[in-house]
Amino acid sequence: MIPELGHFALIIAFAVAIVQSIVPLIGAARNDAAMISMARVASVTQLLFVGLAYAALTHAFIVHDFSVLYVSQHSNLVQPLMYRISGVWGSHEGSLLLWALILSIWTVAVAAYSRNLPDILMARVLAVMGMISVGFLAFMLFTSNPFERLFPAPLDGNELNPLLQDPGLAFHPPMLYMGYVGFSVAFAFAVAALLGGKLDATWARWSRPWTTIAWSFLTFGIALGSWWAYNELGWGGWWFWDPVENASFMPWLVGTALIHSLASTEKRGVFKSWTVLLAILAFSLSLLGTFIVRSGVLVSVHAFATDPSRGVFILAFLVVVVGGSLALYAWRSGAVISYGRFQWFSRETALLLNNIIFLTAAGAVFVGTMYPLVVDAFGIGKISVGRPYFDTMFSLVSIPLLLLLGLGPLVRWKGDSWQRVLKSVWALFVISLVVGLLLPFLIEGELRIATGLGLAGALWVTLTTLKDMFARLAKSRRLPLAYAGMVIAHLGVAMFVAGVTITMSYSLEKDLRMVPGSEYDIAGYSFHFMGTRKAQGVNYDANEAVIEIWRDSKKVGELHPQKRVYSGKSNPMTEASIDKTFFRDLYAALGEELDDGAWSMRVYYKPLIRWIWLGSILMTLGGVLAVSDRRYRQSVKQKISDRLSPAGA
Amino acid sequence: MNKRSRRKLLILAVVFGMTIATVLGLTAFEENLLYFYSPTQVKAGEAPDSHSFRVGGLVVAGSVKRSPDSLKVVFDVTDNAESMTIEYTGILPDLFREGQGIVAMGKLQDDGRFVAQEVLAKHDENYMPPEVADALEKGGHVNKQKAMEGSKP
Repeated sequence: MIPELGHFALIIAFAVAIVQSIVPLIGAARNDAAMISMARVASVTQLLFVGLAYAALTHAFIVHDFSVLYVSQHSNLVQPLMYRISGVWGSHEGSLLLWALILSIWTVAVAAYSRNLPDILMARVLAVMGMISVGFLAFMLFTSNPFERLFPAPLDGNELNPLLQDPGLAFHPPMLYMGYVGFSVAFAFAVAALLGGKLDATWARWSRPWTTIAWSFLTFGIALGSWWAYNELGWGGWWFWDPVENASFMPWLVGTALIHSLASTEKRGVFKSWTVLLAILAFSLSLLGTFIVRSGVLVSVHAFATDPSRGVFILAFLVVVVGGSLALYAWRSGAVISYGRFQWFSRETALLLNNIIFLTAAGAVFVGTMYPLVVDAFGIGKISVGRPYFDTMFSLVSIPLLLLLGLGPLVRWKGDSWQRVLKSVWALFVISLVVGLLLPFLIEGELRIATGLGLAGALWVTLTTLKDMFARLAKSRRLPLAYAGMVIAHLGVAMFVAGVTITMSYSLEKDLRMVPGSEYDIAGYSFHFMGTRKAQGVNYDANEAVIEIWRDSKKVGELHPQKRVYSGKSNPMTEASIDKTFFRDLYAALGEELDDGAWSMRVYYKPLIRWIWLGSILMTLGGVLAVSDRRYRQSVKQKISDRLSPAGA
Repeated sequence: MNKRSRRKLLILAVVFGMTIATVLGLTAFEENLLYFYSPTQVKAGEAPDSHSFRVGGLVVAGSVKRSPDSLKVVFDVTDNAESMTIEYTGILPDLFREGQGIVAMGKLQDDGRFVAQEVLAKHDENYMPPEVADALEKGGHVNKQKAMEGSKP
């Protein structure tokens, strides 16, 4: 009964979404207050019904209702409660429902927190978000109903893929979706502005905090995914350039360009139509990301959901959204005039260069990800793009990016003298370069140019960012939160770059054949394999190895990597064991049992790998801080009261 | 330099930078394209001998041989028409087993051995790598469905 109610709630939500996407637009065109006010009502109603449907599916998971096909496919009796709740988004149908739920939440949040927006603009924004919702709900109802019944109901279900049973991954999709869907707000604002034909700096001010917070979620979501891959896959890598990862990385790159471009548009009124285009692009790539991951078109290690027929629907949806918004852009953007003027050496130019670099990076990822799909679709052959391509591209892009990142915030808006800036930073530049290039020599007694440049970049960003911060602190004792957010995010970038550089240059890894009692030395640590024992979890049995780690004849830790067999599955799963500290990780993963009690195992020494995720968390935090700035609440109100006229159609 | 020519210089610099990035990018792209070949194609000599490529098929039952004192493994993969031998040193993925579809990335040696740098089996035990399914279909002898059933333990 409850699953049917859930299904019914979805149908009602679908109907409400249709109303939400049409009525307010008509109202905005006719300036009809009653129709305009429908937007808010519809978005709240829609959230209610999508929420009900979501609750119904969660309930089915919690009470083990295996008569629901989706539940029986992705949970079983012994599955812990936490993974039954996260099982809802463990596969295709449920993750779409989560998408729709998050979209409704964002819609209501926009309706609630932007009370001071002009009603007509608000009506348009909510209507555009309603249209996106129509697409997703239709997709679910017509091709992927999560409430489909299974008859006769089995006594027990299949299991959620054991790899997915990890706290990191349990929260990875919701975070990622918060980011993806969050870009729909920027998109909706952009389309609404195009529809109204009125695109001024206030438009940027309204959509900026929403975009920044969406970006923060996306950053955190990607970091969680990387963290999960590192912990669960047992390969010790943190990024694989897998198409599924790239799918989330492309919207991030364009989103990063967007938040920087929004800064120019808000502060100086420049690059307006460019910013609109970026907003459209960021959301289109978010949709493409969903399409790539959920349609099964990929040759990928992430083969969790596969059904090409659904891909056709998303592809059509994608064409409508991207094509429609670009057509609107082509039609309306001519009317947009950027009034700000700036000189060639100015903050505006720096931000423009930032955009060019991020788009170049996004383009490189796009080509590497989509080219194999296109070649395959035309039946030319099966190819894939090796990771050295991506690594090369990103090393190339990161040099100008880091240089610019250090310089940009020091350059004044509108125009600056390059002599002034050069005078203030040349010493820092020399220090960074010399120290950065010397560090590899001090670490290993060997000169490594690439490593040195990476470290120099991280140092340069840190020094210039701190210098600017202290200069500001000297002038006024308080820093605006938006500025503090930028400082923290940029320091996060430096930390990330340092982590990546050191991890990639100095990691050691070894596949070993070990018999109990044998030992292996790596980076000054000695791994002693003591033997294996049986271990048990709630829903798995495992062989667990005991590995003692010794350093300078002192025991410094113990690793317990496991080989698990989950109930209901026949294949073993590798559970790596990691000794984590701020400066290095020691990592052991168990291979398989060979003869005479010997095991194959893989051991790693990974210096500074933690900095990669800590840096990402700093970036996330920076975004959150920036959004908390009082400016957004106060000045919006002020701006509204003194300069607002209804945006006529 | 007046403002105009400075702006021109800036634009020129950006265009120049982008051009270099594109050229380097395309070179890296070209060098890192990995083509997929079935054992039949490799046997027919279609695979490159100086460049890495990927090969895939079902692991032939009874063909997996381990070296007693190292992590070296030798096994055959087949597309049900031809089979070829793959050599790999290291830890095999969890889902590697006889009858399972796998993809290996590596190079042909001068003496005709295929030495893999990486062996991939998919996360899901019921899932067949698309290239392998395709190669099996072309191999003819067994249809896709049967091959997948055969791969289940």
